Amino acid sequence: MQRTKPVFPWLTAELRDSWLETRTAKTLEFSVPDWTGHDAGQHVDIKLTAEDGYTAQRSYSVASASTPGSLQLTVETVSEGEVSPYLVETMVPGDQLQLRGPLGGWFRWTEDLTEPVLLVGGGSGIVPLMAMLRQRVRSTVEVPFHLVYMARTPDHIFYTNELHTIAESRKDVTIDRLYSRSGVPTDARPPGRLGLDDLPGPTDLGPARVYVCGPTGFVESTAGLLQTRGHEPHAIRTERFGPSGG
Amino acid sequence: MGVISRGFGSRRSAADPRVPPGQYRTEDFPVLSAGPTPRVDLASWAFDVTGVDGASHALSWTQLMELPDEEITVDIHCVTKWSKLDTRWRGVPISTVLDATGTSRQDARYALVHSYGGYTTNLPLEDLLDGKAWVVFEFDGKPIAPAHGGPARLLVPHLYFWKSAKWVNGIELLPRDQLGFWESLGYHAYGDPWREQRYIGD
Repeated sequence: MQRTKPVFPWLTAELRDSWLETRTAKTLEFSVPDWTGHDAGQHVDIKLTAEDGYTAQRSYSVASASTPGSLQLTVETVSEGEVSPYLVETMVPGDQLQLRGPLGGWFRWTEDLTEPVLLVGGGSGIVPLMAMLRQRVRSTVEVPFHLVYMARTPDHIFYTNELHTIAESRKDVTIDRLYSRSGVPTDARPPGRLGLDDLPGPTDLGPARVYVCGPTGFVESTAGLLQTRGHEPHAIRTERFGPSGG
Repeated sequence: MGVISRGFGSRRSAADPRVPPGQYRTEDFPVLSAGPTPRVDLASWAFDVTGVDGASHALSWTQLMELPDEEITVDIHCVTKWSKLDTRWRGVPISTVLDATGTSRQDARYALVHSYGGYTTNLPLEDLLDGKAWVVFEFDGKPIAPAHGGPARLLVPHLYFWKSAKWVNGIELLPRDQLGFWESLGYHAYGDPWREQRYIGD
């Protein structure tokens, strides 16, 4: 059988650096010489190979803005998981894995899109949205961005300092941090699930492109709330982190 | 052998011959979709079957329920890497649906399956016939939840699960292959999990 050159070949990636975002989530920065970049929101497939040839594959969203030759993933460790505990706890700089991509043509934001953007993330669903926010902040476009980021507690927020800096320095970017379990004493909003009042409607923002990412229950209820708020179903793009993403 | 990930392998589970390459087994039923879950009313539910000649015949929910159904127990494989074994469904074979609407298969080689919400997926027609595909409306003895494609979804278990379109509302028979939603966004046109046909070029 004749095989043409693969469109998405496996590339060698070497861990260059890593740091904890929370007690259970880590950002891993890989050097990938053959990586040509990606669109914000896209994911990669990674493949781990053991000494005896056993392999395991998983998909992870890219957290960084497009950068030829390198990319960052942020991985939340799933207990009983096979791949995430390796990435978060075992892997050290210099270790290698294989990856391919960029994959996924739907959950994407690119600088040529002119509509205001609403990002709604739950838990580690922030990762592909952060790639979009980073791409936006790095670009010269002035498309308004509004991030609504729901986490269990302030200790579960990823990218804390960077989000603070972006919110302080960019007048076109609004960042709301919301907490479902317990928040900070000065919050006017009591901790709890995302509600209608937490989401801007299309009139507050103009017709928006909406990206929602998080666990299935979060995405389901958020997509419903957004439609109640007046967003058109076709304007809402979703991506879910399954309960067994480990 | 290529790249070894140092220190990987300690938590592995035993290989299962029913799990295709690159997949892992899950007991959950993860959800994947591109947009909000459409809410479909059974009273207005309709399934349109369109032949190559353009003639279209609609099947109502009541008519679907009157067709002979089957219980199907199969393994399913999602392109996002999870596989779920022994899933139990109830539904009507696609060949029965085509026959019930009197749709001619003349010149038909491919099918484009349509869903509420605008989603489409493409398959060779032969992959939908001979007990290989169904319109299903029960999962595990209960009506299929909206998030999982209810009231009715396609079930084509021998292909990656995105081909088992949720919220189906029609089949269009075609002389030539026409890419569906995910297939035109970089995913494989056919999607055989045993050959790991995940993305274009695989």
